[in-house]
Amino acid sequence: MVGSASLLGLDPISIGNLMWAPLLIILMKVVVVFGVGLVATMLMVWFERKAIAGMNNRIGPNKAGPWGLLQTLADGTKLFFKEDLLPERADRFVFRLAPFLAFVPAFLVWSIIPLGGDFSNGKDGLVTWFGHTTRVQLADPPVGILLLLALSSIAVYGIMLAGWSSGSKYPLLGSVRASAQMVSYEAALGLSVATVILLAGTLSTSGIVGNQGNFVNWHVISTGVIPFVIFMIAATAEMNRPPFDLVEAEQELVGGFNTEYSGIRFGLFFLAEFMNTITMSGIIVTLFFGGPQGLFDIPGIPGAWEGTLWLIAKIVVFLYIYVWMRATLPRFRYDQLMNLGWKILIPASLGWFMLMAVLRLARDEDWNRGIVIAACIVVLLLCVGILSLANRVSKANREREGAMF
Amino acid sequence: MELFVFVVAAAMILAGAIGVVVRSHPVHAALSLILTLFGVAVMFVAQEAHFLAAVQVIVYAGAIVVLFLFVIMLLGVDRTEDIKTEPFKVQRPLAVIVGLGVIGLVTAAVVASRDVVSSRGSGLVTPDMADPDSNIRQLSRSLFGDYVVAFEVTSILLVVAVVGTVLLTRRVKPVVKEAS
Repeated sequence: MVGSASLLGLDPISIGNLMWAPLLIILMKVVVVFGVGLVATMLMVWFERKAIAGMNNRIGPNKAGPWGLLQTLADGTKLFFKEDLLPERADRFVFRLAPFLAFVPAFLVWSIIPLGGDFSNGKDGLVTWFGHTTRVQLADPPVGILLLLALSSIAVYGIMLAGWSSGSKYPLLGSVRASAQMVSYEAALGLSVATVILLAGTLSTSGIVGNQGNFVNWHVISTGVIPFVIFMIAATAEMNRPPFDLVEAEQELVGGFNTEYSGIRFGLFFLAEFMNTITMSGIIVTLFFGGPQGLFDIPGIPGAWEGTLWLIAKIVVFLYIYVWMRATLPRFRYDQLMNLGWKILIPASLGWFMLMAVLRLARDEDWNRGIVIAACIVVLLLCVGILSLANRVSKANREREGAMF
Repeated sequence: MELFVFVVAAAMILAGAIGVVVRSHPVHAALSLILTLFGVAVMFVAQEAHFLAAVQVIVYAGAIVVLFLFVIMLLGVDRTEDIKTEPFKVQRPLAVIVGLGVIGLVTAAVVASRDVVSSRGSGLVTPDMADPDSNIRQLSRSLFGDYVVAFEVTSILLVVAVVGTVLLTRRVKPVVKEAS
């Protein structure tokens, strides 16, 4: 049964014969993760509207429910009963498929985030429910964090096909922009994840969390902040959130890739977008901020629940940062976006990855630290010099010859 | 369990492959290709090659087919191709011959190696539950250890291809007189 266990993801509960109790526990985990995901998204939409309203000196939603909490529910119900238009020139099958391609990956990322468990003092975060050992995490597949990259590359299709299948010009422009942006930033995203993997020595998300025992071991510090900054920027671009929301730049593109969508299909895109914000915050916390690992012991709460509390607290901080960024920063211009991605973020993340690899090797092989660091600085300066020289030459060429296209 | 996974994945692969050939719309053909790639990824997982499965989805489905779709959308060839007219007369007979040849070769290979395929081998080192990262470790050992020269040569090949593409698309503009 080992084969089937590894097909189901690396959860200790799925080893051995699958009896009723483990199956029920897995089923329960699926339902809980799905439900929590939906409710969290609902609250996130409310939170974002309320926080932005506060920053804009407005009141925001305040009619439906206490403090307007049920506003999203009302909007969702409205979307459900709204007429679902199918444009005449649309590609029917792809048009119907695209919202799900955006929505499903957003949900699946939830499954690899460790949502709790006691990782303190080198414990491995396993919990025992009804006499069965398991993780507070839907699946812990051997590919671990690579699943995030795979899913974010699938999410590109949702947006790309939505724009194309609408059979109209603005959505197509929006979707081509969006997919170019997402594909470009995926490289920087992957390279900064690679730095974390290098330090953790494992792909599995629970292993990555387990590696961040103390505050000093949190990857944001032990990788030297730069990969975190790059990941944060690249993730924002990957989610198409402001200041990288060129996808739905309403001043230029009507509404972007989802212009022709209405009713619940539009609702799915909307849901996916906010869901992505939450899951990406969860991934950032998992990769760089120790996931469910706490700063100190909260008295009176058992270890596994404490992890969940810490995780929620950390995620909320990042959600607030995303809302804050949306309220503060103006949108990038398209060439600025591409320059930032290709000329700054990708070389920086690649260089930092190499640097971390060299430092790791130097530590393992016991080389002279001073010489290694000096050599690293010389090589990095050389690379930066060559890169900026190349940029300058290409800029001069461009100005001399005019734009190529 | 394994048989079930195999049947579903094989059906996905075959349906996708047939779709690539049969669908006359380029975008639909590309989407069928994604279906095939996903089926192959599922096969990889069933064979406990988790890392290959992830890379299959990230690189092939996530990057290469996206570029296919890009080209299709940007060049505006997203309308149904007329397959009645044939630009090269030899193409179709040649395709039939090559196709039959490949089928024959694969069949011959399977028949010749039937003993190896049908006997349940136990020599393969598969990643066990205790060490989920043994997969990536084995791959990197052989990629950056045993075959490092081949690996580096391949990367040089890719760089050459990129430089070549840039050079080909760069038209040398006639020197415009400096406008004062």
